[in-house]
Parts: sequence; C-alpha cells; structure tokens
Amino acid sequence: MAMAQTARGAVSVWRRNALVWRRLMGPSLLINFGEPFLYLLGLGYGLGLFIGKMAGMPYLTFLASGILASSAMNTATFEALYSVYTRMIPQRTYEAILATPLEIQDVMAGEVLWCATKSLINGSAILLVAALLGAVQGWQALLVLPLLFLIGICFAGLALIMTAFAQGYDFFNYYMTLFITPMFIVCGVFYPISSLPEALQSFVQILPLTHAVALVRPLVAGGPVTDVALHLGVLVAYAVAGLSIATVMVRRRLRV
Amino acid sequence: MEMATIVRARGLTKCFKSTTVVHGIDFDIQPGRCVGFLGPNGAGKTTILRMILGLSPISGGSLSVFGRALPAAGRYVRAHAGVVSQEDTLDPDFTVLENLYIYAAYFGLAKADVAQRIHELIDFVELADRGDARIPTLSGGMRRRLSIARALINDPQIIILDEPTTGLDPQARHMIWSRLQDLQRAGKTLLLTTHYMEEAERLCDDVLVMDHGRILEQGAPAALVERHVEPEVLELRGAPDLIEDAVDGATDCRVERIGDTAYCYTRDAKALLDQFEQRPGLTYLHRPGNLEDVFLKVTGRDLRD
Ligand SMILES: Nc1ncnc2c1ncn2[C@@H]1O[C@H](COP(=O)(O)OP(=O)(O)OP(=O)(O)O)[C@@H](O)[C@H]1O
Ligand SMILES: [Mg+2]
Repeated sequence: MAMAQTARGAVSVWRRNALVWRRLMGPSLLINFGEPFLYLLGLGYGLGLFIGKMAGMPYLTFLASGILASSAMNTATFEALYSVYTRMIPQRTYEAILATPLEIQDVMAGEVLWCATKSLINGSAILLVAALLGAVQGWQALLVLPLLFLIGICFAGLALIMTAFAQGYDFFNYYMTLFITPMFIVCGVFYPISSLPEALQSFVQILPLTHAVALVRPLVAGGPVTDVALHLGVLVAYAVAGLSIATVMVRRRLRV
Repeated sequence: MEMATIVRARGLTKCFKSTTVVHGIDFDIQPGRCVGFLGPNGAGKTTILRMILGLSPISGGSLSVFGRALPAAGRYVRAHAGVVSQEDTLDPDFTVLENLYIYAAYFGLAKADVAQRIHELIDFVELADRGDARIPTLSGGMRRRLSIARALINDPQIIILDEPTTGLDPQARHMIWSRLQDLQRAGKTLLLTTHYMEEAERLCDDVLVMDHGRILEQGAPAALVERHVEPEVLELRGAPDLIEDAVDGATDCRVERIGDTAYCYTRDAKALLDQFEQRPGLTYLHRPGNLEDVFLKVTGRDLRD
C-alpha cells in the first residue's frame, strides 16, 4: 500500500523532471554527445598514440569505459546537488509538491530515479560515440546501460545527503573537490588501480566509483567480468544507504 | 443529522526548539464555513495551517481533520484539501496549462480525466486565454488566480488559503473575493489567513483573532465588532496640537492613538461632531466601528518585528 503510493508519487516527480528536460533537450544532448566525443578523440586517440595498450586493451577502450562510469557519476551528482537544491529551496517546487498527497520519501525516490535516468541518457550517448570510434568490443556492452542506471542511483543518493544540508550552492564545492574529483582521479578511470601505491590500492576499494569502473570496463572491452556480486553489492549498498540517509535528512529539514 | 466537524484542535501546541509559537489552542471548523485566522506577523497562522495539512508535526495536544488524527493522516488530508500557500509556488518551467496537468498528476489524476476540469478551472479564474503563457510572464494577480485554480484540481472539500490577496491590486483582490464567494456558495469549507480586515469581514463567517500563538477572540465579525467597539468612530487628522485640543475637549468617548491619527470611539457621534465642527483646520472621518478596530483593540497597537 505505502510502497505503491510511493512508487506512484515517485513516477509523477520523475515525469515532471522529464518534461522539463524535454524542453531543453537540444542543448543538453549537444553537451551529452559533444563532451565525450572531445574526450575520447582528444585523449583517447592522442594519448593512445603514445600509450598504445593499457591493461591489455587499446587505450581508447580503456578510457571510454572509464569515462562511461565516471560520467554516470558526474551526471547524477550534478543533478542531485544543483538541480534538486533549486527545486527544494529557491524555486519552491517541493513546497508545491508536498502540499499534495506526496510524502518526502516519494519525492526523494522520484528524484533519484530521474538522476539515474540522466546518467543513462548521457551514458548512452557516450557508448554510441565510443562504438562509432571503434572502442567497443561486442554487443555485451549493452549490459552497461542498466549498470549506468544503478551507478546513477548510487551517486544520486550520496549527493542528496549533501543537498539535504546545503544552505547554498557554494557548499557543493566541498563535496565536488573532496569526494567526486579525487574519485575521478584515483578510481581507475585513466589508468589501472594496480599502478597506485599499495596503501592507496586498498583504500580505493571502499570508493563506489572503483566498483563502477570494474564492472563497466570488461563489458566494453569484451573481457570476463569478475567479482560481479562484490561490485554490484557495493554499489547497491551505497545506493540504499545514500537514499535512506538523504530521505531522513530532507524530512528533518522540511518537516519542521 | 449534524455534519461532522472538519477540523478539530484541542490544546494544539507547536514548539520550534525551545520557543513555543502555538500555545495550546482549541478551535473547531464546521463544514461549509469560511473561517479566517487573523493575527499580526508571527502570530502563528501559517504554522497552524501547516499542522492542519500534516506538513509540520504537532508538539502537543490533538488535531484532527475529517475525523482523522494528524500528522498520521497527512496524505489523506492533503488528498482532500486545496492549498494556496503564502508565497507563490507555481512551477516556472511550465506554462499555465502544464502547471495544472503536472499538479493533477501528483494527485494521481490522469491527463484524460482532468482535461475537462482544467478547462473549467482556467475559465473560472479567467485565465483561459493565457493557457500557453509561461509563469514568469504572468502578473502577480494572474499567478494568484492560477494558484487558486491549481488548489481546486482535486475538487477539495476544504480549501486553505494563506494570505490569498497580499500584494494584489484592488481589481485583482475583488476578483479573488468573488471567486472565493462562489466556492462558499458551492458548499466548500474555506480556511484563510489575511492581514486585510475588510477581506475577513466580507468573506468570513467566523474569525479567530490570534497573537503570539494564542487565540484572543473568536466569533462572527459582526458579533466581535458589537462586543468590542462602540458603533461609531471619528478619526481625527491634522496638526498634533489641534488634535490634542480636540481630544481633550471630547466627552463621552474612548480615544486611541496610532501615529498622527486619533480614533474616538463613541455610542453617540452627534455631540462629538458638533464639538469638532467648531474647530477649523481639523479634518475627521466619521464611520461605523469595524473589524480593524477590534483587531487593534484585541492585539494591541504596538509594532511587531
Ligand atoms: N521553521 C521555523 N523555525 C523556527 N521558528 C519558526 C519556523 N517557522 C516559523 N517560526 C516562528 O514561528 C512564529 C510563527 O510563524 P508563522 O509563520 O506561523 O506566523 P504567521 O502568523 O504566519 O506570520 P505572517 O503573518 O508574517 O505570515 C514566528 O515567530 C516565526 O518566526
Ligand atoms: Mg504566514
């Protein structure tokens, strides 16, 4: 009963966001396609000439798989920080929505689903560009799509915790600088984790992006996917914890 | 058979951290009535409305709406209530019509089921020709009217309006008054807050005058006027010393001052008028006592903030 209500409410919030996105689809798709195109062409080809192979695959493939995972993280994070904050506080969208039967948990669930949807849209564009550039090895790469959705949920939930506390947009700089950007650097997007100092190698195992990359890369490169349960488990655990904590915090903030 | 009370509060209390902003108040709202909450800034009006909607947990006492206890019944109450909040909360990313369709979806109402109703609603608030306008292009009055239309999307039994006409021009205000009166005639229960005593006098069957989280007075506007103020009032304006003299000489009246104006409350204005006629340079306004006089008497004349 309560679950069904939450699902219905979440879908209505998701649809609201999707309708806004459809309005601005043109420019945002341009960015979705343009950015990975530049990255993969510039870095993948350019650096690839010097590097050749990395971890047994062409550097372009290595980089494309890393970028797929990290952009799912970035897309969901940005949406859950900046856009959700805008709807929650200055734009008063939440005040309007919460005057209807929807409860906080319905709205949070809808937001997370929407953030993940944006990760999926953005990731699909990257996958397409990567395939066109010859970086994708085989159809199993399509399994990346549901994975991008899960990665989106995971990072959206974590970012929403920040949003629940934010008093302004500047606050998000801390999260980006102290959490998201370091992950982008050390979690295996640009080079294998095995080339990190040993202490750091064990440390990055607790970071969600490490596990996202570990799943995406073999699917794109066509190799065997190992430790699936572990990697999925970490992502799901972060997703559940993030969404639950964020929901409690947003409730504490708004239900006063 | 007597119809059930719509809202029932007993000892209703609200605290934010250590400050109590609603102090154990009791009130009942009967179906089909229009009830106004009046009170200076910070009196606790919005807080009470938020508790009624299950948007704010209650700190003490009991509160039930449609016979169900809050805040547990929040979902149910909001499904059957329409809300116009103090600040506009329209969705700036959408047009007038889209705002209504999107809002309907939050109530689980599908597009096909509400299309007819939405067209009736934008007719009702006279926005039919602005259906495709974006929110930032609407005037304040249009936004308020759209907020009212949006609040009616779920055909609510109770409509809660927090300062529905604040900041609007007289035309827009009159238009909203007449729409609210239409709703009353249609048997809806209305709960509103306002700082305009004229508005309360026109629209409300009952008012609750509050201050500092307490109800100071309640009843029908006319009954309150009768209870608290003399039937006639003379407002004196002019140079302070002129007023001073006039007031000193005045007999059989109660005098109050706010700023440069003196208010003489009396049961017999004739004698006073004769006296004031004798004083050149003194301007005065003769009018019946009204709800604003009650409000100022009951809540005091000091500035808030
Ligand atoms: N979230 C909050 N935290 C702390 N205090 C609050 C909070 N919301 C309201 N208050 C305080 O509670 C009191 C009542 O506020 P409320 O908004 O209910 O007043 P109001 O009667 O609606 O005033 P106004 O006419 O200005 O809208 C005020 O003193 C206000 O400062
Ligand atoms: Mg208020």
